Order: sequence, then C-alpha cells, then structure tokens
Amino acid sequence: MENKKGRFGEYGGQYVPETLMHAIEELDGAYSYYKEDKEFNAELTRLLNEYAGRPSLLYYAENLTKLIGGCKIYLKREDLNHTGAHKINNALGQALLAKKMGKKRLIAETGAGQHGVATATAAALLGMECEIYMGEEDTVRQALNVYKMKLLGAKVHAVTSGTKTLKDAVNECMREWTNRVADTHYCLGSVMGPHPFPTMVRDFQAVISREAREQILALEGALPAAVVACVGGGSNAMGMFYHFIGDKGVRLIGCEAAGRGVNTLETAATIATGKKGIFHGMFSLFCQDEYGQIAPVYSISAGLDYPGIGPEHAYLHDIGRAEYVPVTDDEAVEAFELLSKTEGIIPAIESSHALAHAVKLAKDIDKKGSIIVCLSGRGDKDVAAIARYKGENIYD
Amino acid sequence: MTDIQKVFANGKKAFVGFITAGDPTLFDSKRYLEIMQDSGVDIIEVGIPFSDPIAEGPVIQNADLRALKGGAHLEEIFAMVGRIQKKVPFLFMTYANPVYVYGYERFFARCKKEGVSGVIIPDIPFEESGEVKEVAQKYGVVVVDMVAPTSEDRIKKVCAESRGFIYLVSSMGVTGMRESIDTDISSVCSQIRQVTSTPVCVGFGISSPEQARNMAAQSDGAIVGSAIVKIIEQYGAYADARLREFLTSVARAVHGAG
Repeated sequence: MENKKGRFGEYGGQYVPETLMHAIEELDGAYSYYKEDKEFNAELTRLLNEYAGRPSLLYYAENLTKLIGGCKIYLKREDLNHTGAHKINNALGQALLAKKMGKKRLIAETGAGQHGVATATAAALLGMECEIYMGEEDTVRQALNVYKMKLLGAKVHAVTSGTKTLKDAVNECMREWTNRVADTHYCLGSVMGPHPFPTMVRDFQAVISREAREQILALEGALPAAVVACVGGGSNAMGMFYHFIGDKGVRLIGCEAAGRGVNTLETAATIATGKKGIFHGMFSLFCQDEYGQIAPVYSISAGLDYPGIGPEHAYLHDIGRAEYVPVTDDEAVEAFELLSKTEGIIPAIESSHALAHAVKLAKDIDKKGSIIVCLSGRGDKDVAAIARYKGENIYD
Repeated sequence: MTDIQKVFANGKKAFVGFITAGDPTLFDSKRYLEIMQDSGVDIIEVGIPFSDPIAEGPVIQNADLRALKGGAHLEEIFAMVGRIQKKVPFLFMTYANPVYVYGYERFFARCKKEGVSGVIIPDIPFEESGEVKEVAQKYGVVVVDMVAPTSEDRIKKVCAESRGFIYLVSSMGVTGMRESIDTDISSVCSQIRQVTSTPVCVGFGISSPEQARNMAAQSDGAIVGSAIVKIIEQYGAYADARLREFLTSVARAVHGAG
C-alpha cells in the first residue's frame, strides 16, 4: 500500500532531524534486504513458533456468543503469546534485524509496559543491551511491568518531561537515539514514526491476520463479517487487518480510546477528534490544539494513551476501507469484566476496547456469520488498576 | 545578496543567538531580542515554542514549557517580532507541526510581513523539505538546511541548493551545553565547502566564549542557544544586564576568531 517514500496516500514520510537520517536510511536498506532473505525469515519464524508460542489460537467464544445472541464471536488469542501480548511479534522481528545489522543495544518506548517487556525479553534472548523509556505516570500505573523489565535485565528510565506518558516516552527515545546511534537500534513499538517503521512493524504484526484468515476459513469455511481491534498507534489493528484488506466483504473496525468521551478533553480518540499534522516522524492525524501543540490525551488504558495514529490507518480511514469507532473507559471496563466472567479470560484493558464494540456489533450480524476480535493482550497487568477504578483499594 | 548573506561579507564570522519567544513573557522577549541585536548578535533565532521539541535538551524544553504555559501563541509571536526595529536578520526556529497547522502559505506570508528572513525546522529533513521550501521561496524566506556529524554522503544533496547559511550540528544528541565537542568540525566544513559557498555556522553545545571562538574559527560562525536561555531561566524577567554581559563576551570572541 505504501509507495517508495513510505507514504500511504498522503500520510507517512520521514520527519526526523538530520542527525537521524543516516540511521533511518540504514534501517530502511537493511529491512528491505532482510525481509526478502530466506534465512532471516526462517529464523524469525522459528523464534515466533518455538519461543513465542505461535501460531496463536483462534478461539470460538461460545458462552459470550450465546449470551449476546448474535453472530459467532472469535477471539484471536494474542494474549497467549509469550509475554502476554502481540508486542512480541514485532519485538522479535526488530531485535533480530538489529542483531543482523550489528547493533548491540535496543532502546524502546512503552506505554502499558507490554512493548517494553517484549523488547526486554527479545534483548535478553538475543544477548543485547536494553533500555526502556516509560512515562513516569505509566511507571506508577504499570509498576508490575517495570519490575518485569528490570528482571529481564533492562534499564528502565521514568520519563518526567511533558505529560509523562507514552508520547513523551517516544520523544525521549528519539532524543536518546540521536545521542547514540551507531550501536543502537530504536525498537519502535507501533505502526508509527518515520518510514520504514510503519511498514516494518505492520509486516511483523501481519502474522496475526495471516494465521487468523487461514484459521477462520478452516473453522467456518467462510470469511468473517468483520475483524475488530483496538487502536492506539495501531499495531495490533494493522496486524489484524492486513491480510483481510483485499477481502472487500470483511469490515475492518478499529476501536479508539475515547477515555471519558469524545466530547470531553479527556480522550485519546485520534480519528474522532484529531487533525492532520506532522509529529513523531510522520504526517498523520493527531490530537492537537489550533496552534499545532500536541494535546495531553487521556485513556484508562496506558497502551492507547497516545495522541496520534499510524499513517496506514489514517489512509485506510480516508479511503473508507476501515472504520474507526470510539469506546469509552466505562464501556471497556464493562467488557473487561464480561469476558472474565463468561469465558474465564481476563483481557488487557486495551483489547477490552475492541471487545466492547464487538459485543454491540455481534447483535446486528446474522447468527450464521462470524467476527474476529483481536485479543491483543492479557489483563493481568490491569487487574489492580481496574480494581481501583471500581473503588476497591488493592495494589499490585 | 540577501540580508543573511550580507552578515558574512568580507569573511566576517557570525554570532547566531537563540531565545524562546514568550519565555518568560512575550513582553520580556521583545526586550531581550532588542538587547541581542544591540550586543553583537549578528543573526537572531526566535524559537516558536512547541509542546514536544524532540531535538531539544532540557534547557530549551523547559523554556518551551514556560512559554506555552504563559500563553505564547504563534499569532502573538508574529505580532511581537513585527514590532521590533530589526537591525540584523531574524529567523524562526520551530518544529514542523506548528508551521503546517498554521498553513505554509499563511506562515511564510506572515514571515515576510513581519520581516523574518528565514526558518529552521529540525524535524523537516532535506527529503521532506520540497513543499516548505517552495512556499518559503515565494515569499523570499530562507529555509536553513542542517548537516549532522552522521550526514557524510548526504552532504552533497543537502547542501547543493542551500541558502542563507548551513546549520552544522556540532555533535550527536540534542541541544544543550556540552563540556567538549569532539566532532572534527574543520573536516566536515571542508566537505561542505566542496559542494557550496554557502556559509556554515556551528551549533549545539556551545556554552562559553572560548568554545564559540573555537567553533567560529573552524567555520563561518557559532550558534548559541541553551547558554542564553539558561540565563533567562535563572533571572526570568530581570536578565537584561546578565544577557548583555554574556552576549558581548561571546560576540567579541566570535568576531575575533580568525
């Protein structure tokens, strides 16, 4: 879908300081080479299958389906991957690539901590140094993941600049990358940033829809009516959408974090409330004020608490191929509880945004049909925060 | 000859000075900018504050935050700069998004109206600069190209069509004061000079008159930002005398560099 300069329609590009251009060009060249390299792909597949536990299950949520009374709801169980989320698919891909490029050190931003844990894990496995940048506020919300990263041998920096959340962690990573570029790869966690990241991360996550498409055809003998995924930067959604883009009958639905509602300032729903802009290396849509200052966004989910969206999503939205809907904190928490009770699966609060919409959607689709929800991560990390949200005073 | 080119006439070394507009208020900024041009600064960079300045170190990041908290918006910054009787070329230094959102046409037309000669936008590299340069040129505004220690083979294309001056980033990392600058500035400058006669000014990490003299001696000028902003951070609205003293000492060092 992208052209040579890493554009999806008008979106994308490479908006980084000159200091980083050499590294970006080097990465682009290396990725173009290795993505066609049989040995690299075989090695990555081996890591994904034998280490991360792929392929992930496509699970028919029968109890939930019967309770809702609509079409069949399938869950793509990325939560069952090693480290508990889809993030490992990309982290292993980039870490392996970085290693091939002769890099010795990985740096990464993290919001909920899942990408940080995945990167720290890949670094431990491949014998690389690792430093993770996490907004100070998120280190409090996700203290357990901070400790996990340390256990895995990573150094965790609490970012105190700006809003102290995911966007500031990305800023700090870019600054650190300009500081030390020769031996360091920036393992960006979503389908965002300067080219080649949006394309490369999407390719590493596309394994989700490659498997899901085969699995649903084997189980149902037909394609689903829709695939549904949560969207912050948009990596699990891009992975879930990618191999269905050509299947015109399959609706692609991204669920954004509306926070306390798209009519409030406490929201992170970029498609619903954002405007075109240039930030974090890309031309895309961003939550911002009339002067182009990036907005301090909010969501209960640290992983969706980001003021932008990947350029390919902005493009899919523009051409009408994908739909994006806002889901509030309350709706996500309700879905979090619902899946836990009906299926015995505790979903990540991020993935709960997709579930919340899927439940509404399933009612309106014929019982013979199906939808797939990308269960991008497991909810262990969220249990304490949800308890607090519900007024119960427990701590990690 | 543009007003920027005139600064470098007869081999004169240029002192390029930076402050963030609106730090601590726009009222103070106007006075500080006037002090700058009266204290030997040859080219003035006015920072338009941005919420997420990824090329800046903590000193300028904090200045941006102070300015934004004080409500320094682009509209008011244009108005403030427009009221200054300019004796030297003024440039804006900012990020892509505020310029894009204001609208390229509207932004550069306003630059022309308020007497701003050029812009420095660190997150628009050469490859993405076509559209911005086209509009800027229409209004006679220069877009300054940047070269980094890692540019190497890129120098040829980045500098070929350069105008005004070339901003040579002294070392890797973000803006801010450094103990020492390890890049071989002379060697990078001579690579640039094989491509273009556009003057080269060195910035990032220059904090003392001695460093400024040293950098200017190896190039066509020295750019000082964080060290000036640091004085404003410390003295707020009462930095006049300290600024004059520091700027004069740097100007003397740069102009004496030979």
